[in-house]
Amino acid sequence: MTDLAGTAEPGSVAPAGPHDARAGGGGPPAPGRPPLARALVDAVLRGNSAVVTALAILLALVVGALLIALSDTEVVTRLGYFFSAPGDTFSRSWFDIRTAYAALFSGAIVNPSDVSAAVHGQGSVSAVFGPISETIVTATPLICGGLSVSLAFRAGLFNIGGEGQVIAGALAAGYVGFAVSLPPVLHLVVAVAAGIAGGALWGFLAGWLKARTGAHEVITTIMLNYVAGNLLLYLLGTAAFQRPGRPDPISFVVHPNARLPHLAGPSLRLHLGIVLALAAAVFVWWLLSRSTLGFELRAVGSNPDAARTAGMSVGRGYAVAMLLAGGLAGLAGVDQALGTAYTLTPGVSANIGFDAITVALLGRASPLGTVLAGLLFGALRAGGVAMQAQTGVSIEMVTVLQSLIVILIAAPPLVRAIFRLRGPRAGGETVAVARGWGG
Amino acid sequence: MRLELRGITKRFGDDAGGVVANDHIDLVVEPGEIHALLGENGAGKSTLMNVLYGLYQPDSGEIVLDGTARRFRGPGDAIAAGVGMVHQHFMLVPVLTVAENVMLGRERTRSPRALGLLDRRRARRDVVELSDRYGLRVDPDARVGDLPVGVQQRVEIIKALARDADVLILDEPTAVLTPQEIDELTGVMRSLRDDGKSIVFITHKLKEVRSVADRITVIRRGRVVGAAGPATAESELASMMVGRTVALGVDRAPATPGEPVLRVDGLVVLDEAGRRAVDGVSFQVRAGEILAVAGVQGNGQTELTEALLGLRRPASGSVRLDGRELVGRSPREVLRAGVGYVPEDRQRDGLITDFTVAENLVLDSRDTPPFGTALTMNTAQVRRAALARVAEFDIRTSSVDAPAGTLSGGNQQKLVVARELSRSLRLLVASQPTRGVDVGAMGFIHARIVAERDRGTPVVLVSSELDEVLALADRIAVMYRGRVVGMLPAGAPRDTIGLMMAGVEQDAAYARAEQSPTELTQLDGAAVPAGEGEP
Repeated sequence: MTDLAGTAEPGSVAPAGPHDARAGGGGPPAPGRPPLARALVDAVLRGNSAVVTALAILLALVVGALLIALSDTEVVTRLGYFFSAPGDTFSRSWFDIRTAYAALFSGAIVNPSDVSAAVHGQGSVSAVFGPISETIVTATPLICGGLSVSLAFRAGLFNIGGEGQVIAGALAAGYVGFAVSLPPVLHLVVAVAAGIAGGALWGFLAGWLKARTGAHEVITTIMLNYVAGNLLLYLLGTAAFQRPGRPDPISFVVHPNARLPHLAGPSLRLHLGIVLALAAAVFVWWLLSRSTLGFELRAVGSNPDAARTAGMSVGRGYAVAMLLAGGLAGLAGVDQALGTAYTLTPGVSANIGFDAITVALLGRASPLGTVLAGLLFGALRAGGVAMQAQTGVSIEMVTVLQSLIVILIAAPPLVRAIFRLRGPRAGGETVAVARGWGG
Repeated sequence: MRLELRGITKRFGDDAGGVVANDHIDLVVEPGEIHALLGENGAGKSTLMNVLYGLYQPDSGEIVLDGTARRFRGPGDAIAAGVGMVHQHFMLVPVLTVAENVMLGRERTRSPRALGLLDRRRARRDVVELSDRYGLRVDPDARVGDLPVGVQQRVEIIKALARDADVLILDEPTAVLTPQEIDELTGVMRSLRDDGKSIVFITHKLKEVRSVADRITVIRRGRVVGAAGPATAESELASMMVGRTVALGVDRAPATPGEPVLRVDGLVVLDEAGRRAVDGVSFQVRAGEILAVAGVQGNGQTELTEALLGLRRPASGSVRLDGRELVGRSPREVLRAGVGYVPEDRQRDGLITDFTVAENLVLDSRDTPPFGTALTMNTAQVRRAALARVAEFDIRTSSVDAPAGTLSGGNQQKLVVARELSRSLRLLVASQPTRGVDVGAMGFIHARIVAERDRGTPVVLVSSELDEVLALADRIAVMYRGRVVGMLPAGAPRDTIGLMMAGVEQDAAYARAEQSPTELTQLDGAAVPAGEGEP
């Protein structure tokens, strides 16, 4: 009706000149800087393009290559006479890097020699798919855990408690798996449900504490990790759990009925868990983008004050978000107990709860991104095992790669500076809006 | 000092598609002149001043001081060259005293032998000297956090003067002041001018410009669109600012109030520190009337509205809507009872800036058909309704799927108003509904509020803008230190309300307002004969 182009115009992009006349010093205190956790979440959710992600992975591989070369004593020896014969250093380094990354690739995706063997009828077809199977099996719990952290992120929560929730899930699933006897399909369903419920309970504790008392979830989830870890240790020493005749803390073996069935024959470890993980990813997507509850969770996560003003219960949002996040981490525990190990040991969580944080960060807290990030890290892990076996480069190199990727993702300006990319435009989308009404 | 800006251009964003915030702006401020820079929010005033203050580098153009072109790489350079700025949001340390704040950043120490101890005595002396010289009444030993906003502003001015500023930029200095405080500020500005300082006074308020400025430059969409003298009529300035004829003031029929709908009795609300922010407030609002709650910010209005909405639990008292008690109910239940709420801080309480426009329009009705159920949301319906609202409320956005944070302040506010007025209401609580909103959007929002009143909805309007109170109120409750210190009829004199906002009792306020009218009131009076013919 009226020409109000003035309302969508230049000055509105000026970062230092908000004309929102909020009262000065005498008025209500201006909202302070966001807490660290939220600032981090914001940095990860925004401002990372696919390009930055790809470049971060590339850069991490380059730095990893340097470390691989330098960790070889032979290279270090040759560096000693670098200036008289630099070629020696380079050729040896190149050899190290090439063989290590080749081993990483063949352990994670496909081994060319297995393929040619299979083609010539000398090897088995399943050997060809072995690496992929291992990658997926390793990625499965990472995806579940990553979804857990991502979901919590979207509700404004920093779930450091994946580890405890994985343990709680594995404990519950494993116990149902070996302690009860049920018909085939039912047993699996009950065991999986128990695992999810166990993780959900563990997550809910932290969410409930935050809703009720305001206790920060970072603190409570870390503490609950210890509680879960020690509870596991204790239980593994009790008669109800410990396998008879074993001095070490290890549980009974999960009944075959309760195991996640193999998907591609007995020679490959690929199991039903990946289907559950993908279903969980679809569920999280639906929850966040289609459901009323997800709308509320995102609202609470983005701006709890406005959510409350709009009649949402912020505390309930936190509790529900942690319940669901815990359930997803519990599913990762299910993968461990019922999919690969078939038993409970003190190391059943395999650090998945913490790796899940890096998965969620790399996946930018979106369901699809989390799945892809989980697959990438799964591939790195699976390949790392082969790399260690074949070339002697420690599997810890994979942890270094993983950490480097996440550090670079968490610092997009760093990646942009290294590759001289242009930064995000001042005002971002405001520019587009202003342009839209420029007439 | 003579300040000249020549062809200042500042762009934001990418080369091709960027936004020109300042487009070849020329501006001359003579020594001993109060030069008003008038323009709507987002017109580019602040950008221009940030260029002058060294916060931004211009893409082209130059800053000339007393005939010498200067380049400021940061505020430090600008300060050294004699440019001082009083920001809209004060840059003071609340726990330090006035003198300490003034010396901050240029701390002088006593002789080296004294181990580099701070020379507080000298800082105090500077403050006293400046405050005597320009009539800036302030106690050098007071803790800044304890001072009222108007005094804090004086501290900011002293701070700039202590750094030997010859050009003083005042960014929206009157936004938070009562009429009497504004008078005091204009007095200070005049004595500075008479002392040969150049003053740039940024504002979007027409009355003040006319009362204090020697010359006026109007900026619209990054360009200088005209110059004017103080005698120029308000309506003329407004149309220069907006780029079309605007109707100032709201067209409204007298209220036809019905039965009392909202009854507030003996309401006591504590703030975070446990003080009685609302201290026994009682009032009624009838159907079809606007009760304006006037007061300087921080006198309990925020706590009052939050208590009405169930966002803050009162310590005692009752709030009854249609006879039903609202105290003790959750915000959700209060909203369901038909209360619409425009919160005072749209960015914090009104919007989720990373949510889309469409999502923000259903924040409070997400789970009611047609937008959704308890389980799922109907995104198609949400979008469809959003398209209708955006058209109806003239919300300027590139798309209903754009994040609300990308909208300008005025459009964000229209978004909040659109959401609240989309439900059928039994009560509307609007707190600072036009804060930081341009003249055009302001008129629109005012008209919608009046339309809601005419539909029979009682309205509680909380505003620290006296113009807004005067334009909309059917009755005026003045709040001071948590109490309603007076209930005035519509059309009560501006000065009386202003004095009551500062704590003067009703009768005394009437008397004093009569005796010593402020400049703004005199302008009000003068505007009557001239303004009669206008729409």
